[in-house]
Amino acid sequence: MAELDRPGGSPAVPSDWTYAPAPESRDVVHLRDRYGLFIGGEWLEPSETYETISPATEEPLAVIGQASVADVDRAVVAARTAFADGWSSLPGSERAKYLFRIARILQERAREFAVLESLNGGKPIKESRDVDLPLAAAHFFYYAGWADKLEYAFPNRRPRPVGVAGQIIPWNFPLLMLAWKIAPALACGNTVVLKPAETTPLTALLFCDVLRQAELPAGVVNIVTGDGRTGAALVEHDGVDKIAFTGSTDVGKAIQRRLAGSGKKLTLELGGKAANIVFDDCALDQAVEGIVNGIYFNQGHVCCAGSRLLAQESIYEPLVEKLKRRLETLRVGDPLDKNTDVGAINSAMQLEKIRELVESGREEGAEIYQPPCRLPEKGYWFAPTVFTNVAQSYRIAQEEIFGPVLSVLTFRTPEEAIEKANNSPYGLSAGVWTEKGSRILWMAQRLRAGVVWANTFNRFDPSSPFGGYKESGFGREGGLHGLEPYLRFDE
Amino acid sequence: MAQAPVLPAGFELPLEPRLPRIGSVDAVALEERAGSLAKRSIKRDAKVFALRLAIRTTDLTTLEGADTPGKVAALCSKAMRPDPTDPSIPSCAAICVYPNLVPTARERLEGSGVHVAAVATGFPSGQYPTSIKVADVRSAVELGADEIDMVIDRGAFLSGRYAKVYDEVVRVKEACGEAHLKVILETGELGTYDNVRRATLLAIAGGADFVKTSTGKISPAATLPIALCMLEAVRDVYFETGRRVGFKAAGGIRQAKQAVQHLVVVHETLGPEWLTPELYRLGASSLLNDILMQLRKEKTGAYQSPDYFTLD
Amino acid sequence: MTRLPIKKTYKLFVGGAFPRSESGRTYEAEGQNVARASRKDVRDAVRAARAAQPGWAGATAYNRGQVLYRLAEMVEARIPEFAELCSGRDEVERSIDRVVWYAGWADKLPQVLGGANPVAGPYFNFTIPEPTGVVAVLAPDEPPLLGLVTRLLPPLVGGNAVVAVASEQRPLAAIELAEAIATSDLPGGVVNLLTGFRSELAPVLASHMDVNALDLGAANGAAAELEQLAAENVKRIVHGGVDVQSPWEIASFLELKTVWHPIGQ
Repeated sequence: MAELDRPGGSPAVPSDWTYAPAPESRDVVHLRDRYGLFIGGEWLEPSETYETISPATEEPLAVIGQASVADVDRAVVAARTAFADGWSSLPGSERAKYLFRIARILQERAREFAVLESLNGGKPIKESRDVDLPLAAAHFFYYAGWADKLEYAFPNRRPRPVGVAGQIIPWNFPLLMLAWKIAPALACGNTVVLKPAETTPLTALLFCDVLRQAELPAGVVNIVTGDGRTGAALVEHDGVDKIAFTGSTDVGKAIQRRLAGSGKKLTLELGGKAANIVFDDCALDQAVEGIVNGIYFNQGHVCCAGSRLLAQESIYEPLVEKLKRRLETLRVGDPLDKNTDVGAINSAMQLEKIRELVESGREEGAEIYQPPCRLPEKGYWFAPTVFTNVAQSYRIAQEEIFGPVLSVLTFRTPEEAIEKANNSPYGLSAGVWTEKGSRILWMAQRLRAGVVWANTFNRFDPSSPFGGYKESGFGREGGLHGLEPYLRFDE
Repeated sequence: MAQAPVLPAGFELPLEPRLPRIGSVDAVALEERAGSLAKRSIKRDAKVFALRLAIRTTDLTTLEGADTPGKVAALCSKAMRPDPTDPSIPSCAAICVYPNLVPTARERLEGSGVHVAAVATGFPSGQYPTSIKVADVRSAVELGADEIDMVIDRGAFLSGRYAKVYDEVVRVKEACGEAHLKVILETGELGTYDNVRRATLLAIAGGADFVKTSTGKISPAATLPIALCMLEAVRDVYFETGRRVGFKAAGGIRQAKQAVQHLVVVHETLGPEWLTPELYRLGASSLLNDILMQLRKEKTGAYQSPDYFTLD
Repeated sequence: MTRLPIKKTYKLFVGGAFPRSESGRTYEAEGQNVARASRKDVRDAVRAARAAQPGWAGATAYNRGQVLYRLAEMVEARIPEFAELCSGRDEVERSIDRVVWYAGWADKLPQVLGGANPVAGPYFNFTIPEPTGVVAVLAPDEPPLLGLVTRLLPPLVGGNAVVAVASEQRPLAAIELAEAIATSDLPGGVVNLLTGFRSELAPVLASHMDVNALDLGAANGAAAELEQLAAENVKRIVHGGVDVQSPWEIASFLELKTVWHPIGQ
């Protein structure tokens, strides 16, 4: 066919279509220089502080309080007082209204929160905008409705609040994890002391302003920032009736040990090393999307990430080829750019951990593939990575990397897929890709994991219980089942 | 490589791990992917590039019973010079008309480089004997069409008579001679993405130079998921065989924003290589003016009124 | 001449068989020499439980219900014998009724504890309860039969396999129960009963990496230490009561699995 660009027409066609930068405006976010601790509805000055940064640029964002043992004590006392002074005896229908308010305010201020989440955490704005914020608001909305219906959730059990809940959340979904923790706790009539992750405190601190707008009584929610020492103080505090922790399996075990014999309620949502199992009869292009979403979503900083791809040998080659080609189209860079698919690694420490494990993969003999992509010079970055020729025994097939690194293994039969998938101390999630309905159910029945995504991956919903088997923790968050950890029963 | 054992026709066994020849499509995941590509934010230079590309790949179309030589002549002028006030605006790729209007278009477009595409094979229903369809194509080519947009026999397809569909594509391709063949699947009548994928591969196997979504007479037409589904089949053929097949999205694309979304889908599915009129077309009529408005807005910074753009 | 009765040898119940302790040890309880299980007996019992568990969980719920009901039948047939080994006929009858009550739960749990979740998207999403796997049970000292039955049935009915440590002072009812189990249709290894010193056996079970849950019903003062050991593989800890009967008791030995699938044409 003739060249259709004619004289007098357009200039020569550029060979490539480069998307112009499309950064989301930071103007909606008004950061303070420093933040105190949110205790009893007031901002208290901490004795110690640290700086929180943007992992994409290493730019300091604000000075944050490092809550001490005494600060945590103040927060627990405030929570206890608020519990006793009315919150626990407030009719469920009234508690519900506060939660509905919070949901609505989060929706109204979604843009501001999304930008701040990406700024402080490094995740792509399209994810904080389309996933974190809508889900966080939905979580409050969902649990708001439960607040005055608990008797129907637990017939014949007379549900009562537990008291003061100590909640420790991770840095991968800062606001969403806050919602997962606070919404059911308040719906059940508890008060809360929450510790955000050390590296991502800002949306939790901004959330305090939502509480102000919602006119939530002082002390019902207290936010204490800080590192592991703050978390330990909270776990150890005698005045806390229940601990909910999301984070690494090591810390989870330490908490379980520390609470041994205390009689405190505990829920743990810990690590994972999910198998994403692809059969040769799957809808291949959609499986590739699912694999990509499974491991590169949020830079792989996802406890339920599909970090082990188990490919049936009969589809292995075309699958891996397609996957590699797809990786070339991933756009890595500025988290605030609306076209970014993969953002910044959350912290220098996490980057170091990813590098170390990737190095071990090379040394153990796996074959590494990374698409060509230019990473920014400042900040913490890691290119999307695929390891092939991975043996089950390699560290990259066993340990949680918590980064954008996929290990590809193969299997021959459904039986072998189950065996390999379950051959892990973890059991948080799993994926299955096949067009055969009976095989999906057969696999789903045998996978030892709390969430099984069949022909999809990394889907979340407030009504859907989430949590692990084995060393991935115990207790469920989301759904009716997510209420139980925040209730005691006078049976 | 070993030979497959002798089996009845249609029972070929794959002899190595390859892409599934047909395979299936998960509707939810496909729509999700298309939806996420639709959210790409295309700004400034990138938007201007896309809008110009959209014009360069447009088959400016009129397919009405009321079409006259006068109407087609006006459309030809528009295709050659979409914005008379701005000579930097490129021409469209082709004019797409019924066979009767081909001579008018041919005459008007002589030397312009804008192609003449004719719909044929009993467009839009395709419910005619094969011999008539082939004659329809021959006649359109003789009248001067250098591109033929045929429709597949959906009745045959939906009743499982794939061989008939395939056979017609082969015979039409033969009748096209030098003319390029676009095969319209009329995806809105196929019911499932699995069928869309299957029909795409069938058309390609029959010799299609392009696969095209729709006639424009049925809704839904060129939705983003349909485009993605067909482009993924085109991609599989390319990577398996090296053969480049073009894609035309037609029907329901009325706004510049939709055109940009379609271009994003092809860009991120098949890469920049497909961003050319030789391999990509947008079938549209009212779309062009919206693109022109957007381009002028990019140039002047002011939002535009349709009153300043000719209706042809 | 009066006939000299044949005395029973009181053994462990592991993998459906009645072995002596591999250690060769016994201790005297209730006037009898009772096997005193060792660390290695715990190991063998856990291994037997692990091997038996998938088959038990994989049986249909209807079948599990019938098997447990059959257990009630077996105990009913031995009421006088059991009555002599516990507080009396009343305790035996209450134990039987409890077994029957739990047997009836087998095919109702998923409907009460699970369900469909109305997610905001084109997905079908459901949650079902599944057994956690191998459960270690420290049976209460008293009542010797009802206490054991109360702690044994909740994990069993949900599809778990159990390694239970019998009442240290009153183990004979447990051994009698093992014999009833052996003649019911419960597959070998689904229930394993160890007799011996709790202080010796409990830490081995608590720290065993292939045990998924630990019922501390009778741990008394040792709970804190055992819970610490149990944290090593994030065991589910249950503080079971000696005389409770509730579906939530079953639930505490269950995992919840949530499955998503797209809904599309």
